[in-house]
Amino acid sequence: MADWTEEVTQVAGSNLAIIKGGTGKPILVLHEELGHPGWLNWHAALAREHTLLIPIQPALGKSAKIDWLRNIHDLALWYSWAFREKDWFPIDVIGFSIGGWIAAEMATINARQFRRMVLVAPMGIKPPEGEIMDIFSITARTALSHSVYDHDATPEYAKLYGGERTPEQFEAFEDARTENTRLAWEPILHNPALPHFLEGVTGLPTHIIWGRQDAIVPVSAAEAYRQALRNTEVKVTIFDHCGHRPEIEKSNEFIKLVREFFA
Amino acid sequence: MNLMYFTERPYRYVPEDELIKNRAYFGLPNTFFDREKGSQLYNEYLDEMVYAEEVGFDAIMLNEHHGTPFCMGAVMNVEAAILARITKKARIILLGNPLPTFKNPLRVAEELATIDCISHGRLVPGWVRGAGSEQIFNNANPAYNREMFNEAHDLILAAWTRPGPFRWEGKHFHYRFINPWVRPYQKPHPPIMIPGVLSPETVVWCAERRYPYLGLGTALPATAELWNLYGEVAAKQGYEAGSENFGYLQHVVVAETEAKAEELGKAHLFGGGQGAFSRPEHTLPPGYNSKEATKRLARTMTAGSGGFLGVSSEQLGRAQGAGEPENLQRVADSTRRRMARGEVTIEEAKQAIYRAYPKAVAGLQIIAGTPKSVIPKLRTILEVLRPGTLGFFQSQGPVSFEDRMTSIRLLGQEVLPAVREIAKELGLVDPFERQPGQRPYTPGTARTQLVSLEALRA
Amino acid sequence: MHMMYFTERPYRDVPEDEVIRNRSFFGVPNSFYDPEVGARYYNEYIDEAIYAEELGFDGIMLNEHHGTPFCMGAVMNVEAAILARVTKKARIVLLGNPLPVLKHPLRMAEELAMIDLISKGRLVPGWVRGAGSEQIFNNANPAYNREYFNEAHDVVIAAWTRPGPFRWEGKHFHYRYINPWVLPYQKPHPPIWIPGVISPETVIWCAEHRYPYIGLGTALHSTVELWNLYQQTAAREGYVAGSENFGYLQQIHVSDTEEKAQEEGKAALFGGGAANFSRPEWTLPPGYNSKEATRRLARQATEYGFLGVTSEKLAESQQGERRDPNEAKGRTRERLMRGEVSIEEAKRKIYAQYQKAQDGLQIIIGTPKTVIPKLKLILEVLRPGVLGLFQAQGPLSREQRMNSIRLMGQEVVPALREIAKGLGIVDPFERAPGSRQYIAGTQLEPLVDLDALKRAPKRDESVRV
Repeated sequence: MADWTEEVTQVAGSNLAIIKGGTGKPILVLHEELGHPGWLNWHAALAREHTLLIPIQPALGKSAKIDWLRNIHDLALWYSWAFREKDWFPIDVIGFSIGGWIAAEMATINARQFRRMVLVAPMGIKPPEGEIMDIFSITARTALSHSVYDHDATPEYAKLYGGERTPEQFEAFEDARTENTRLAWEPILHNPALPHFLEGVTGLPTHIIWGRQDAIVPVSAAEAYRQALRNTEVKVTIFDHCGHRPEIEKSNEFIKLVREFFA
Repeated sequence: MNLMYFTERPYRYVPEDELIKNRAYFGLPNTFFDREKGSQLYNEYLDEMVYAEEVGFDAIMLNEHHGTPFCMGAVMNVEAAILARITKKARIILLGNPLPTFKNPLRVAEELATIDCISHGRLVPGWVRGAGSEQIFNNANPAYNREMFNEAHDLILAAWTRPGPFRWEGKHFHYRFINPWVRPYQKPHPPIMIPGVLSPETVVWCAERRYPYLGLGTALPATAELWNLYGEVAAKQGYEAGSENFGYLQHVVVAETEAKAEELGKAHLFGGGQGAFSRPEHTLPPGYNSKEATKRLARTMTAGSGGFLGVSSEQLGRAQGAGEPENLQRVADSTRRRMARGEVTIEEAKQAIYRAYPKAVAGLQIIAGTPKSVIPKLRTILEVLRPGTLGFFQSQGPVSFEDRMTSIRLLGQEVLPAVREIAKELGLVDPFERQPGQRPYTPGTARTQLVSLEALRA
Repeated sequence: MHMMYFTERPYRDVPEDEVIRNRSFFGVPNSFYDPEVGARYYNEYIDEAIYAEELGFDGIMLNEHHGTPFCMGAVMNVEAAILARVTKKARIVLLGNPLPVLKHPLRMAEELAMIDLISKGRLVPGWVRGAGSEQIFNNANPAYNREYFNEAHDVVIAAWTRPGPFRWEGKHFHYRYINPWVLPYQKPHPPIWIPGVISPETVIWCAEHRYPYIGLGTALHSTVELWNLYQQTAAREGYVAGSENFGYLQQIHVSDTEEKAQEEGKAALFGGGAANFSRPEWTLPPGYNSKEATRRLARQATEYGFLGVTSEKLAESQQGERRDPNEAKGRTRERLMRGEVSIEEAKRKIYAQYQKAQDGLQIIIGTPKTVIPKLKLILEVLRPGVLGLFQAQGPLSREQRMNSIRLMGQEVVPALREIAKGLGIVDPFERAPGSRQYIAGTQLEPLVDLDALKRAPKRDESVRV
């Protein structure tokens, strides 16, 4: 099970924790706003053919906080610097929720950094219909609960973040929420400039994956992303009966789709 | 002894059931606000304050909350401005202006300087970080709460004391020329007091700056502990803390008879009292607490009934609310959840709320009675905490204007003179009689006792 | 006819030489402020407002400026709050709150709602973009001035009228839950008036929103032009504009004898008056003007050669000044610095304009008997539903000011009411602005009296009070 390791490396003037697992062509994984949710089925499945590189966002877990980063775009610039230093580029990337937003920002900085890009229910663009749920004025638990459409049909829901109630996990949540509040409080979890910059992205095949019943980031934003990425090859897959976490709610379909896309 | 009159200026006509069901702030839509009643209440509160000055209070205290029927002082500086003109000698004590929510602190420096001038130097500004819900209402990034508090504080003091024009390039605030034409009446700047609900960080911060710290009805043993912490920090800073460095706010309601007083005292529990103030997720937005405070909270949580992610911020909120009447908070919280699930009726919920009254009285969270019966209780508080400033917090809830005025009259005629006598007997001096931080402390020497827990046991 | 009393609440004891040498705002350091004197003035100004109400004024007008001895109303809502409680029936007219500098319009919505409630519905809030110097004082990005103005306006109105809680995601302002507990007394919201100096953009914006437009002592001829522009826009919007849509502010000083009035009235020119309100580079920070306004200025200013288009000249051309640049105020300041002009000469020059300022009606000075005909002419030309009487600036004593208020209240105001009645002028409370439907193609009634305008003096634009 534990076919991954975590190490802290010095990079781009800071200390960054990186989780690494699997073998094969690497995939950069940018985790969601609450942190790395643990090694789930889809991690294990992809790890059979790929090396997963999962940097832990600065200020979360063992990664040092970088006080001078003030917004998500700053973070994307820093990641670009750090991974360039690690010589990871060009690389396949997959980003979840806020991680999808970070990936999209990195693509606008230099689309050549990535080979192929998968965005799973990314934040970052204001949905044309509905609102991004304000995860900062509800509890972590409420946000998690809303992130999955059908709890009973999603066995891995109980495994998220270890599924156990510990003071350490609570603290970890508060660290993650605090850092992302710092970076993305206003405008509420999006960057008005992002859709414009995405028009400049070319030659980066992108796959956008969403759940039709996503309560965190309304599915209408999928179309906004498609529009914004109109100058590159873009594919959109929307799962029915699925919320904000297709990777566990539609795990098999998700794995198949991503494996094929990154093949 | 500095004796303050305080009312939170609640909107007293909000349906109690709504409060119990939804709690205040964004839980309760402002469609329940009626302009005639709001207008009438504002003016009644001003009448109360004018009357309080007349009957002998030394000061009027105001506070500020946004978007809640518990406190109509959304921008308390509006009321402070009026008091500056319509009162004559009472100090106007603001506890406090929520610095991190302002976005333009220079404007507040101007506002307060104007009020200080109009009042001929009667303003005592105080600062707060603002409750978590205030950060959400004002959309002030909670992860920068402490930073914005510190920088806004420094900026306001600089605007008041450094000759203009000068440039300010901070982390959160930037000004090309700071040169407010209007500067405060009091020199070098108005005296500052800080209210708190038991955050040690705040207590240490106050002691370092020699600002008096005012406990907002916090539990006596915990308050005593923190005041000792203040005393230690003061000693390290080279001065001796005394009663001039401390204040306390106490719910007090007085009536002609005990029966009437009990009726008014119970009104304080209206809608669940402090327990209904805000929803936990609004009380503790991410980053609002310091890392240390979050760590403390995470540890204090008990294992309890398991379940995935059972460590809710609801529980955190309760743990943080240590200074508040714990039992009230717990009742209101679990009741709301159980009501939402249909396990409890609104009538049962109300009964649960008001059942807590005798406990609140026994624990001195509420002092209600005739002058004769409240004076000994106030004596206990003075003996235990030895504060230089004491605030009398008028009852919340559906208490009539007449009853409120009667309470003020009885306080003025009978309670205040008695309290002054007790204070004299105990040697309590206030920050205007002896400037906080003026008495040097020589390391190694014995310090005078700040509090007396023996008095509490007695 | 709605008659307002107005004073800018100046700090009258600032050394005149400092103002002439350095101009106001950041030019004059606040070390010249004496809190004892300031405290006295604030309370005297409140006394004046109460007295004006007593004598029959319908409204008390306030304005706001930051960091200048010309106006101590740094946060005029402080004074408005006091007036809400200490006056009984007068309207409290705020002209206006500088929306773009607030950074937090929801707080403003709460502040004003409280004042409206305490006054039982006597508040008339108005909005301004704020002078250029206000952007610098408050560090509000001038390039976003108009955008901030529009969005803050919309936030305030929404907070007052849309049931909460709701989310606001604008370009410049973001709120998770707008749910101010305290809402205004007046429904759907307090009536709004907008003051202005010359910007046609503002006039059109007002007409579109059916907000009365108050000309701040602008020259009669150009004011007439702008009001006609308002009327045309109103017609396009489908309503008839009338006196209820307009107001005018007039600087005035009244005393018992002509001789006393003339002597006291000179105070209006103290320190160079409005010409020394601010330095040009602070009046026109980059981006403060619309592109069109900048283009207009650029064309007027090119005659001075490469880089000769100093912001001094820009500002002057914006103010409509057309004269020998050597005589410009900015030049006086520069020449003072170079020692080519003595402070005494500079002062003499300022006060030499006194008669011209009166001839152009920039300031009306006299006894009730002599000021009434002049005010009558203004009413005839402009037909405003609202008239503000602006107490002179400068070193007038409390006694002189109170006396002026008394004479205005006892003699001038009643006379003006009669004149207004005769002219059929109605105010915005008698007839709601925008309430009269306009049928396209029909003739518009004349807003202003062009015959009377012919009798009105042309203002010498080089004179600024």
